[in-house]
Amino acid sequence: MSDTQNLTLVQAVRDGLSTELREDEDVVVMGQDVGRNGGVFRATEGLYDEFGGDRVVDTPLAESAIVGCAVGMAAMGMRPVPEIQFSGFMYPGYDQIVSHMARFRARSRGRFTLPMTLRAPYGGGIRAPEHHSESKEAFYAHEAGLKVVTPSTPYDTKGLLAASIRDPDPVIFLEPKLIYRAFREEVPEEPYTVPIGEAATRREGDDVAVFTYGAMTRPTLEAAETLAEDGIECEVLDLRTISPLDREAIVDAFERTGRAAVVHEAPRTAGIAAEITAILQEEALLYQEAPIERITGFDVPYPLYALEDYYLPSAKRIEEGIREVAGFSP
Amino acid sequence: MSVFDRAYDDPVRVLDEDGTVVGDVPDLDEAELVGIYRDMRLARHFDERAVSLQRQGRMGTYPPLSGQEGAQVGSATALGETDWIVPSYREHGAAFVRGLPPEKTLLYWMGHGDGAKPPEDVRAFPIAVPIASQVPHAVGGAWASKLRGENDVFVCYFGDGATSEGDFHEGCNFAGVFDTPTVFFCNNNGWAISVPRERQTRSATLAQKAEAYGFDGLQVDGMDPLAVYKVTEAAVEKARDPPEGRLRPTLIEAIQYRFGAHTTADDPTVYRDDDEVRKWRRKDPIPRLERYLRSEGILDDDRVAAIEAEVEKRVADAIETAESVPRPEPRALFEHAYAELPSELEAQYAEVETLREEHGDAAFLGE
Repeated sequence: MSDTQNLTLVQAVRDGLSTELREDEDVVVMGQDVGRNGGVFRATEGLYDEFGGDRVVDTPLAESAIVGCAVGMAAMGMRPVPEIQFSGFMYPGYDQIVSHMARFRARSRGRFTLPMTLRAPYGGGIRAPEHHSESKEAFYAHEAGLKVVTPSTPYDTKGLLAASIRDPDPVIFLEPKLIYRAFREEVPEEPYTVPIGEAATRREGDDVAVFTYGAMTRPTLEAAETLAEDGIECEVLDLRTISPLDREAIVDAFERTGRAAVVHEAPRTAGIAAEITAILQEEALLYQEAPIERITGFDVPYPLYALEDYYLPSAKRIEEGIREVAGFSP
Repeated sequence: MSVFDRAYDDPVRVLDEDGTVVGDVPDLDEAELVGIYRDMRLARHFDERAVSLQRQGRMGTYPPLSGQEGAQVGSATALGETDWIVPSYREHGAAFVRGLPPEKTLLYWMGHGDGAKPPEDVRAFPIAVPIASQVPHAVGGAWASKLRGENDVFVCYFGDGATSEGDFHEGCNFAGVFDTPTVFFCNNNGWAISVPRERQTRSATLAQKAEAYGFDGLQVDGMDPLAVYKVTEAAVEKARDPPEGRLRPTLIEAIQYRFGAHTTADDPTVYRDDDEVRKWRRKDPIPRLERYLRSEGILDDDRVAAIEAEVEKRVADAIETAESVPRPEPRALFEHAYAELPSELEAQYAEVETLREEHGDAAFLGE
């Protein structure tokens, strides 16, 4: 058994970056304030001192060039890990993400590959100013050529980050900043990976399958415990990867329960919940015993924080949504 | 005195419109000079045939380059073997100099993905269509090269319109901050489709934009291949091994003209008049260099005829090769989206094959 450290999620990000910087000299961390300052959330704390300014690079304030330069570096075989300070500021780099990061391998028929990992904190609930709380993972899941990863625990964060950095293809690594410091977990000091594309069962149950990810995993589990007191047993699947989805695990959980809810803080329309619903229609229609419930953020611009608790799915809202599913009879 | 120490609006010149020497001729041997001439003839002939193929329905929309051969060939010839070009979508002539087989360019515009895959030994990025979006790539590539101590130089091509884009600014800014071995080569052909250079910026020159990034910028007569060679060679050398007090990057504004349309889908008579085209045609880089080489006794009728024949054969062969490539199998749709085909894409591919087995390709292609 290797040694472990008791880390928060954001400390696991830092530890994962540090481990990969040590493991592979082609890894470069770059972005605004990631160097001397150690990142606005401390996700790169100490890395500049340990690895120097050529490998932990403070860049000018320009998202398109942060992504675009990483594209050029990755095309040359480096493994850049650019950070966008908040996912709400990825849009100036969006053209680079969609037109190049996602397509370089396909365009060049495999001559050039982009082993790069674009990190960004995402999601709401931290009483932040406008543009600092959005969940737009569906934008990136819609884009062929990208993988989209959203960890929900410190252990998974380090392992998924390592898997992303070592992956031959570009990864959008979205970190749930609401739970950056919410709890601690034992995290091995040794390098390890958690495979991209595999969901994790966080709770077993036979009545309703509940699919969620990122910061919504905790209130979903809380709701499941409350429901268990009333005899409703939820199977809670933490997707961990948004693209590619673990279709097998999703379908399997649904076939065992016949009922499903999907929880995410992103808006409802054309979101991940819609995709999961479509998968279940295609692959497990005859197992279905109730309408699939989407418990999500609303289709409105993300509010300023006085109203964000109404916007984000709470444990109560999740509980009530699952109750609908469990209680449905034709 | 360095070639970079000059007024921004004082373009470097070597040959005038008649091929008369008006500046210092770069140190090129006879074979290299003939090589530049031949490569410009290749680019021109390729271009004419490509436009004709499009008109005949044998190729899709195509962006012509005629008029811009001096800038493309002169610059690409100045690169070292391990240097890279990062093109937009009009630099076919530069790519051929770097060793890209012309059939690749034809295939790309004929809609074949393989056309955008440069052979492993050709140091060229694939074509970038969104304007200026390739500029940060050239900076990132050069940055990687510098971090690895290789200092290969990345020459990035873009047009005058691209200098209005954010990616041009962001890329140049990063290049200055991180002092990357990047040469920003602006093919200022006067027109961004129908919008004239004057509408892009109130800046008197594009070259002077370099000043704000802390590195050198200069103009060159882009219809003069020897002048272009000269400034690019100097910029490449500086990028690799900068003298004290100068940054590696350079912005070269090569003033030139596209004789034809923006693409075969464009009608330039709508926005510019024939007099302007005629004026620029007198500056054509090919007869200009030819006159000089004839006056030096390097070219004569026989050698010119031999080059013409060689170029015509190369292009004819390229067309034959490209047109003999069959439509790729549908599997090619899926196989390069990721390093490994995800199971969901395997399933989507299976949908195609199931329909094909049942109905043949007619299920997709119509009658």
